[in-house]
Amino acid sequence: MNAPKPAEPASDFAPWLDPAQAPLIRFENVTKKYGDFTAIDNLTLDIYEREFYSLLGPSGCGKTTLMRLLAGFEVPTKGRILISGEDISAIPPNKRPINMMFQSYALFPHMSVAQNIAFGLKQEGKSKREINARVDEMLSLVQLEPFANRKPQQLSGGQRQRVALARSLAKKPKLLLLDEPLGALDKKLREQTQFELVNLQEKLGMTFVIVTHDQEEAMTVSSRIAVMDLGKVKQVATPDIIYEQPNSRYVADFIGDVNFIEGAYIKQSISESDTKLQHFQSSSHGELVAQGEIELSADEKAWLALRPEKIEISKEKPGFTNNCIKGKVWDIAYVGNTSTYHVQLSDGTFIKAQRVNRNRLRKRRITWEDDVWLSWHSDAPVILTK
Amino acid sequence: MKNNVNWGRVALIAIPFLWLFFLFLLPFGSVIKMSLSDMATARPPYTPVFNSEEGIIGLWTLISEFDLENYLLLTEDELYWRSYFSSLKIATLSTIFTLLIGFPIAYGMAKTPSQWRATLVMLIILPFWTSFLIRVYAWIGILKQEGLLNNALIYFGIIDQPLVILNTDIAVYIGIVYSYLPFMVLPLYATLEKIDYSLLEAALDLGCSQFKTFWVIVVPLALPGIIAGCFLVFIPAMGEFVIPDLLGGSSTLMIGKTLWGEFFNNRDWPVSSAVAVILLMLLIVPIVLFQKMQEKELKEQGQ
Repeated sequence: MNAPKPAEPASDFAPWLDPAQAPLIRFENVTKKYGDFTAIDNLTLDIYEREFYSLLGPSGCGKTTLMRLLAGFEVPTKGRILISGEDISAIPPNKRPINMMFQSYALFPHMSVAQNIAFGLKQEGKSKREINARVDEMLSLVQLEPFANRKPQQLSGGQRQRVALARSLAKKPKLLLLDEPLGALDKKLREQTQFELVNLQEKLGMTFVIVTHDQEEAMTVSSRIAVMDLGKVKQVATPDIIYEQPNSRYVADFIGDVNFIEGAYIKQSISESDTKLQHFQSSSHGELVAQGEIELSADEKAWLALRPEKIEISKEKPGFTNNCIKGKVWDIAYVGNTSTYHVQLSDGTFIKAQRVNRNRLRKRRITWEDDVWLSWHSDAPVILTK
Repeated sequence: MKNNVNWGRVALIAIPFLWLFFLFLLPFGSVIKMSLSDMATARPPYTPVFNSEEGIIGLWTLISEFDLENYLLLTEDELYWRSYFSSLKIATLSTIFTLLIGFPIAYGMAKTPSQWRATLVMLIILPFWTSFLIRVYAWIGILKQEGLLNNALIYFGIIDQPLVILNTDIAVYIGIVYSYLPFMVLPLYATLEKIDYSLLEAALDLGCSQFKTFWVIVVPLALPGIIAGCFLVFIPAMGEFVIPDLLGGSSTLMIGKTLWGEFFNNRDWPVSSAVAVILLMLLIVPIVLFQKMQEKELKEQGQ
């Protein structure tokens, strides 16, 4: 297998910011109910051509239902689904220009790899020569040429995953749906395949929608991520915005590790470098300061969301007084490249602070039961009101 | 490795072999022996009879008097081959009808929410609580001229004159299909239940119609169940005796009935034994095919 090429930074790819662009897929106030249970709750979203769009959320959040609505296996209870401006709600799954890669791969066990890949093409009534050419093309794309005549049972998990991918790509769909495509692979293979998927998507210029519950996977592959909960979309944004500027505690907590400190709003001030500083009163940690453009009234409750890697941990009190909390190291989670310190504060709560282990472990200066200072820059926290 | 005979294991393996030896091979050997004998007005009603007092010589005289006369008779009298042929036809058609009725039942069961499936399987097995003979008798009450079916059809004005169903081949088909339906449904259900239904969605997603999906995905994957069910119906239906005797007419020919007639009415044990041996030979062919099929399936699953 080729070494994964780094995915090109798609910084200039942002059709969602361009009002002149028409979306490929549009969900318009879509609701899907199963009896009393609302799986999708009045959901509206746009997916643009050539996007790698992730639906991320815990199980039961409605992400799989959303995908099945797109594939046509479910019909919306209310609302419309448009593809290139055309309502597809009434089109059966076998007539949609959409293909799906199933979580279970759903490879036909009584057919060979080549027959599996050819299946969709045969339904289109293409000539044998065209089908064979396309099957060969797909086999070489997923590097499975030597396995064309094997049955799916005779392949490894990673190979089956690639057959499923080739089969769903064979018809050149306008939109490819991937339902937890890498869920069955082990971690190493999964990471490698993530890059392959991104490269493939860019090479083919196709639109991918992926369902996943793995936040790292979503961060790696996506142009945009939709974080879902209870049938609603909580936030749609690029991976860096989702991580650095989550719009709610739910999103902040779902993606990566985070500490929340509750505080009451005091006032706004302007720093020497002309940035707005918001001041909060925390019941047990005194006054905390965070940069932000938020408008709050006095005494209004808010949360400061702090990523562990943005917190400094030191034995000596830092030179500045803002955003400094004293605590005691309660536990250390060592994962090799980083260590996460679980620090107990005076009020009994815990804060996680992360350090990169640049030095050898034996030189580690901070250890269990040490009194430490936690501090962070006023730029580090995100102010959240919900 | 020397003298390491695991007697417990030998005993365990020996049980089915001993069972088959004493309850199948030995009686079958006796039937073959009888089929090579001649009819006699005696007790037992055939000669020669092995006389243990004569020892090895007795055994030799016994063997020297065997002949294939009875088998020749089977080829000469057209009653026999017509019975075999008629049985073959009735068993084949009944198997097809059973498959046509059993497949939708099994498919419906497999698609039922899982909490209901055990109940449905129970319902399929339930008729076995009642004796097979009594259930076949019950069909006489349903099918006869003044029976339940005719009365109902006349009551609803569908027919004026009662239909003659009882004592015809139709009644035999009804009886066989009814009696052997569970043997078709259960193996079919077992394979259909194992099919991953995301395969059907995948086929649909790739542009295949619902109808075609059934033929290119469901049927090939259900093939082991279809074959098992067909053999489970065909083999016993081929030798069926009770159903043609009770529901069929005098013109209904089936080899089981012919065999019964030879044995009890003509008291010709040697000829009826020959009929039984030929029937078994005819059935061994599909049984061997069935076993080959199962072996192949096991091999594929093992990979």
